[in-house]
Amino acid sequence: MKKPLNEMTLVFWSRSANEGFSRAAAAAFFSQLDPTVEELADIKTAVSEAVTNCIVHAYRDTLGKIKLTARIYEGGGVYIQIKDSGCGIADVKKAMEPLFTTCETGERAGLGFAVMQSFMDKVSVRSAPGKGTTVTLRRTLSSRGADEPQPR
Amino acid sequence: MPVTFDNRDGVLTAAISGDLDHHTAASVREAVDRMAESSLPRELVLDFGGVGFMDSSGIGLIMGRYKLMQSMGGSVRVEHASPQLKKIMNLAGLSLLPIAIR
Repeated sequence: MKKPLNEMTLVFWSRSANEGFSRAAAAAFFSQLDPTVEELADIKTAVSEAVTNCIVHAYRDTLGKIKLTARIYEGGGVYIQIKDSGCGIADVKKAMEPLFTTCETGERAGLGFAVMQSFMDKVSVRSAPGKGTTVTLRRTLSSRGADEPQPR
Repeated sequence: MPVTFDNRDGVLTAAISGDLDHHTAASVREAVDRMAESSLPRELVLDFGGVGFMDSSGIGLIMGRYKLMQSMGGSVRVEHASPQLKKIMNLAGLSLLPIAIR
């Protein structure tokens, strides 16, 4: 993989208050690409879903650390990795099915991965029981003119 | 998460404002349910005009209120959702349910 043009890493606890913090931080980082309002909203939504999964599922009834890595690649490439050290997922394929949820009490729609897949170009999930989960989100932003903004 | 209510002629309007995610949805849910269960409206209007951001937690909120209103013989209407919010609602297939989205 090519070297990123810019990168940032955030580590935060699995407190639900950090859902808003982490998506706002990711949006602020990617603002340097001059995205459209819709693109930025899509990124925020996808990050919110991934981070909420860590809080609701990976660290259910416990508190742990979530690591968010955001990178910018040439040509408007957005890369976001959200990593937890929580319980892990036994059947990733099943977990990614729309409307599938293991959360009976919290009124979860079971749409987290469906939203991520719809709003990003590529979603990959690496997980094993007891080994935590790593979700990687990728998207290429539309170029808004000939002079594509680059981080300085 | 602030919710303001207007209750007239059997229509309960809950105007939600702020970001709607897993963190904030619980308090909205409790406030709306408490009000709906005490006023027993025939229609519950969820006004998303003040919601700048929503993830799939908002879908859970709408679906849950739809079930609640159904159990009381009433209906749910969604109003003033931004195009971004509608994108999530359409993805979730809310348009397939008898929920009016405006």
